[in-house]
Amino acid sequence: MREIPFSPLPGRSAEYYTLLGWFALMVAGGLGGAWYMEHHGHWVTGMSNEIVWGTPHVFAVFLIVAASGALNVASIASVFGRVHYKPLSPLSALVSLALLAGGLAVLVLDLGRPDRLIVAMTTYNFKSIFAWNIYLYTGFFVVVGIYIWMMMEWRMNKYKSPVGVFAFLWRLTLTTGTGSIFGFLVARQAYDAAIMAPMFIILSFTYGIAIFYLVVVSTYTWSERPLGDFVIRRMRNMLRIFVAAGLYFVIVFNLTNLYATEHHGVVRFILLDGGVYTTLFWVVQVFLGGIVPLVILFQPGLGHNRQAIGLAAALVLVGGVCQMYVTIIGGQAYPLVLFPGMDVSSSFFDGVVASYTPSLPELLLGLGGIGLALLIVTLAVKLLPFLPDSLADADMDRRFHPDEHAAHFDEDDEEEEPQPATKAA
Amino acid sequence: MTETREPRSHDAVDRVRRRVLAAAATFAGAALAPGVRLISPAPAEAATGPVTDKVRWGILIDTNRCDDCDVCVEACKTENGWHGHGRPRTDPQWIRKVTLHDRQTGATHDLPLMCVHCQYPPCEDVCPTGASFRRADGIVLVDKHTCIGCRYCMMACPYKARSFVHEDVTDQKSYMPRGKGTVESCTMCVHRVDSGRIPACVEACGGTDGKGAMVFGDLNDPESDISREAGRHMVTRIRADLGLDPGVLYRGI
Repeated sequence: MREIPFSPLPGRSAEYYTLLGWFALMVAGGLGGAWYMEHHGHWVTGMSNEIVWGTPHVFAVFLIVAASGALNVASIASVFGRVHYKPLSPLSALVSLALLAGGLAVLVLDLGRPDRLIVAMTTYNFKSIFAWNIYLYTGFFVVVGIYIWMMMEWRMNKYKSPVGVFAFLWRLTLTTGTGSIFGFLVARQAYDAAIMAPMFIILSFTYGIAIFYLVVVSTYTWSERPLGDFVIRRMRNMLRIFVAAGLYFVIVFNLTNLYATEHHGVVRFILLDGGVYTTLFWVVQVFLGGIVPLVILFQPGLGHNRQAIGLAAALVLVGGVCQMYVTIIGGQAYPLVLFPGMDVSSSFFDGVVASYTPSLPELLLGLGGIGLALLIVTLAVKLLPFLPDSLADADMDRRFHPDEHAAHFDEDDEEEEPQPATKAA
Repeated sequence: MTETREPRSHDAVDRVRRRVLAAAATFAGAALAPGVRLISPAPAEAATGPVTDKVRWGILIDTNRCDDCDVCVEACKTENGWHGHGRPRTDPQWIRKVTLHDRQTGATHDLPLMCVHCQYPPCEDVCPTGASFRRADGIVLVDKHTCIGCRYCMMACPYKARSFVHEDVTDQKSYMPRGKGTVESCTMCVHRVDSGRIPACVEACGGTDGKGAMVFGDLNDPESDISREAGRHMVTRIRADLGLDPGVLYRGI
């Protein structure tokens, strides 16, 4: 594999500015939604004293989880020595920072008092996983920022491996922290499970690689830079492993809950009679977001087709958003069990399934986070050389031979980073 | 044809200097005055003395006496200035009446439910800024100045005791500040307790319209009414399995 030069996108075409305009519009919509919610108070949203975290949290948590996963490609190169992923590492780190920025913007703008962000940054209760997360999230910007610097500045290249290892450990801790937000909630039947932290780590790989695939394919297609099947099949392979692993965790999570009689109610609610949550779980999260992508990615015909893989990645993302919706909102909709064995009623909706309908400002804020992440990526690839000039097979695949190319699409030809030759004395 | 400016006289310069100095003095005075005023008077001391862990305030509720009356709820509303806007899903409720129906025996109970002021409050554990806190005397409060409105405490509370202020508040009581975008809950009428009085709900329940179902007092004092009452009969702690050691106890459920 030869050294591939990097260069920024020219970014002067009408299409580039149109794309930028759309993302800016999404950000503006998000800001407008946030302003409307903060000005009037949260009663104008679908949220209530039962569903205290609504659609903005669904998008925020999804983006934050995806952010740590998007760093995966860089980690594989730096930590696990897979040399093929090296050219994609800076972009992987950039996408990961952009997604985190989008998620955090949504999270902060949904606070009851976003103007008190400075309080959150200066006053800490270290028993709270939220307080830890504030450090983990801001630290992620610093660590990955330094990582990008080490990768892009040739004089610092020698430090990129240790920094990459540190960034990898940091992202594992970060996602553990995000999963633990729910795992530590002892009061709620739907959460309170240690498995949520590792499950979120696997989900982060799934969402992260799905977004990364779409970013790489669309960027290289639109900028007309060469993109070979070698890179495509590697991302496809990762995606299908993590989609399967994500499904496995969902099965184990529900089986564990089913074993404990006290959790039968909430499992029944999500899996059988939870109305919209049950539908979203089975139809969108499991079938469209899990099984259909797996069929596409493992099917020899479709699994070689970029559009089909793109469709699978998009379905994974739609399934992922629904998974967060079912987890966050479905988990709150199921009533708290205050008096086991008794029917409870009150004017405060005790004992009843909470109703929730996402409102337009909430949706706009959530989509604004996605818009912000994409806006950052689109601007950054124009300003700095994040993109390799070519991802063609001839540049990426050491064993590339034009005539044999199609034959070994599915061959496992991973190779370790070559050790530097020792100089003769 | 350019105009030449006459050099200003010493008097004129002095006048300008005096004005600048006067303005600076006024500004400095205005800036410092609130601080000076804050430190000059002696801090008001609660009638009951400083907060200490020698006491553990608590409430015991006898559900056998409680029926479907709601004088406790109304008294809390009046005392603390919270009220609805006709939007039940987002209106705050610091205390509510809950009806229980035992599926196996068919028995029905009514009881008031509010913040139970845990010894180990999950709301305090999860609050990122420490705005949710437990006083040494067992009263769990929200610091309205450091609450950022993240609502994690509402996710963590097993008792659904907390409300988010979903809209602008009016008719606030000077002793009970509230604010849109923050979380609030029963304060055990901390302003009354600190001046040696009992919470408004307990007072109303013991009044002519109430049923005398609530007892307030120091759980650490074996001679207090609440300790004697709790020692005579078995009491229940809601969700005792969670080990949070609530300060609000129940009898009869």
